[in-house]
Amino acid sequence: MKQFSDLISTIEITNKTNAKIDALVNYFDTAPDKDKLWLIALFTGKRPSRPVKTSLMKEWCMEITNLPEWLFLESYSSVGDLGETMALLLPNNSSHLDLSLSEWMTELKALKPKSDDEKKAFVLEAWSGLGQQERLIFNKLIGGSFRIGVSKKTLVNALAKLTGIDANQLMHSIIGHWDIDSITFEELIHGQHINYDNSKPYPFCLAYALEKELPDLGEPKDWFVEQKWDGIRGQIVKRNDEVYIWSRGEELVTQQFPELVEAMSNFNDDFVIDGEILAIKDSAVLLFNDLQKRLNRKNVTKKLLEEVPIGFYAYDILEFNGEDIREKPFAERRQVLELLFGLMALPSHVKLSHLVNFKKWEDLYRIRANSRTINSEGLMLKQKASPYHTGRKKGDWWKWKVDPLTIDAVMIYAQKGSGRRSSKYTDYTFAVKKDDALVTIAKAYSGLTDQEITEISKWVNKNAIEKFGPVRTVKPELIFEIAFEGIALSNRHKSGVALRFPRISRWRRDKPVDEIDTIESVKQLITAS
Amino acid sequence: MLKDNQLIKFTKKGIYCPKGKFYLDPWYPVDYAIISHGHADHARWGMKHYLCTDDSKAILKHRLGEAINIQSIPYRQSISINGVNVSFYPAGHVIGSAQIRLEYKGYVVVFTGDYKTQPDFITTPFDSVKCHTFITESTFGLPIYHWKSEKNLQSELHDWVRTNQSNNRTSVFFGYSLGKAQRLLSLLDGADDIFVHRSIYNLNDAITGSGIDLPKSKLWSADLDKNSLQNKIIIAPPSLLGSKMLKRLPNPATAICSGWMQIRGNRRWQSVDAGFAVSDHADWNGLISAVKASEAERVYVTHGSQAVFSKYLNEIGIEAYELKTEYGDEALAKAEKETEIIERE
Repeated sequence: MKQFSDLISTIEITNKTNAKIDALVNYFDTAPDKDKLWLIALFTGKRPSRPVKTSLMKEWCMEITNLPEWLFLESYSSVGDLGETMALLLPNNSSHLDLSLSEWMTELKALKPKSDDEKKAFVLEAWSGLGQQERLIFNKLIGGSFRIGVSKKTLVNALAKLTGIDANQLMHSIIGHWDIDSITFEELIHGQHINYDNSKPYPFCLAYALEKELPDLGEPKDWFVEQKWDGIRGQIVKRNDEVYIWSRGEELVTQQFPELVEAMSNFNDDFVIDGEILAIKDSAVLLFNDLQKRLNRKNVTKKLLEEVPIGFYAYDILEFNGEDIREKPFAERRQVLELLFGLMALPSHVKLSHLVNFKKWEDLYRIRANSRTINSEGLMLKQKASPYHTGRKKGDWWKWKVDPLTIDAVMIYAQKGSGRRSSKYTDYTFAVKKDDALVTIAKAYSGLTDQEITEISKWVNKNAIEKFGPVRTVKPELIFEIAFEGIALSNRHKSGVALRFPRISRWRRDKPVDEIDTIESVKQLITAS
Repeated sequence: MLKDNQLIKFTKKGIYCPKGKFYLDPWYPVDYAIISHGHADHARWGMKHYLCTDDSKAILKHRLGEAINIQSIPYRQSISINGVNVSFYPAGHVIGSAQIRLEYKGYVVVFTGDYKTQPDFITTPFDSVKCHTFITESTFGLPIYHWKSEKNLQSELHDWVRTNQSNNRTSVFFGYSLGKAQRLLSLLDGADDIFVHRSIYNLNDAITGSGIDLPKSKLWSADLDKNSLQNKIIIAPPSLLGSKMLKRLPNPATAICSGWMQIRGNRRWQSVDAGFAVSDHADWNGLISAVKASEAERVYVTHGSQAVFSKYLNEIGIEAYELKTEYGDEALAKAEKETEIIERE
């Protein structure tokens, strides 16, 4: 397991995505086949169910170390991770066990049905035969996530770099149904268990923020205007009775949205449509915050399905019954889309994105100003003659957000509030990337729900690294979208910019730290605003 | 029998001995200060008179100024101050560090300052002293802290340097200029040429000037040819993290050396390539063995995990109390940074 343990050590210390990818490539280049498969399984949530209860492991650890429970818990709260706490508390190993990752996983799978006594004997033997870092890995293999910033996308990018195979195909391959005992690594990455032709997505067409006055766009009659819904862009691929949902981040998210899969399965035609995945209840679009409850869950419970139902607003159609129609003008594609949606009696949560009715450009100011009330982010302006571009291209599609100025920043300091909130951490300082380091960009405190504040306060208590009076320095892990009214260059601020009325617009649980803004991207907003 | 509260008092300015009319590592200016070691949270400016170990004297003068009024004595030799016998015992923390032993009419108090029970290659090893009252630090007073042996650390650091060299990278270690820097020198000695930042270079100069040997190192200055540093070893204070000087290095691999690096989360949040748990403080077992060896009837626990450690001591039958002081990691980090800026001059 040394190889796997070294991989984890390398990945966890770096915050550079490329360094992570290189480490993964190196692992895939050298590890035994079965180990590679297990790595993919573990990093894509295809792990076997936990064979040993956490409470038992904790009990055995306290027994060996002869520590009282309160001291165990103090240690846990200082480390913040149970598997790691136990790895640190246990005495040095007295022997050395040398099993590969797949051998450990096989043993752990076999352990599941055994008695508690047998489990105890196994775990204790492993603990006394593994060094501290490997012991930590062992505890993590039993249950729990590695939390080392390797997304499915990173994993796929590493596999793509290694093999030259298309990344989206690899995404489908690793997400698809495969059984570790009946597939080889080669078969897996070449997608022998899937039919990529059925799932293959197109690159998304992306819009720039509007950077001119509306009249400069030309005649209003040449444009379609839609709401810019605040959900997740999604591409639904339906071919040969199979339905796949791709996110903008090129992850396959099909399993997260069973209600969409069901609705799409009812169509007779095949298609690829682009639209927005939204939380929709009683025909109203809910906040992004609500939608987030549905994201990245392994299992969607019945309760959650009722609480936060998912809907889809279709924007565009890229392929119809096998024909790629991306080069056709948007107005024509829209007709195809309307035709497709008109053919079916659709459930209320799957809709066409409606076109905003307007005659003069001036009409749009009022409509845009209302966007917030329907939980839209503003308006999208699309040239009727435009093709469906690959990626971001200026001129044909514009996004005209209500509040165009937002950045994604990471929390670095937290401070307790006053009055009613004096027991909670409510005031935060945020940073963006500057080269390899972080630089403070703003201090903000409003914009979160009480529930979120409670959750963040608990997190701060666990993840404070340093104290300076009432201020806690925290691990830079929580990402927030910071909204503000204006931005200007400033000599008085370390970052070189000053934000006007910064506030937290939402907690971005979906973003990894790697993807926060850089000081350069923030400065670009100066010209944009 | 005397009570400890007649020998020591915990005041706003620091730990005070009313009988002897002196303070131990005070944090505000006083007339007479006995100093355990040269770290900036223990040895502060503005005392009218300083007393320390012979090995600390040059360090204190270097850091606090030639003009300070300072007296020093060797380890284990006692001096009487207003009838109180004062002596120093090695603390194994940094060069010159000492536990301060006070004795008055047969009653003994030991103030550890900072200490490390595990021996290393450079510091005079910790020596336990029996006493009635033991005032101990608790920086790493949680059972999750267990240090590797010096030999193991040595081979781990040498391995890392070699890996960096095979990738054509220069190894840069970060640690405080006093203590960690000399310890790293001793651990890395022989691996390759070692360059040190000016703050460390000047301090080392002061230390060797007082007759203490240190492994060889060269000055890392801005005007050095980049190629002469390629694949070599550099030791710098933590304040240099992210500095321009660091960025000028061709292909650095960076490592922070601190006991806190024992925990993954702490390793990860720093923007460095590695974290090594090299600590100048006692680990959990070290703290417990020191307390037990002192055979003290009462223990005061200062800076660090004082609540946890004193609670645990009481549970295992040792009378212990928490004591709030202004020593410790945050104070040290802040004060050391200021000192390093001065040392660079």
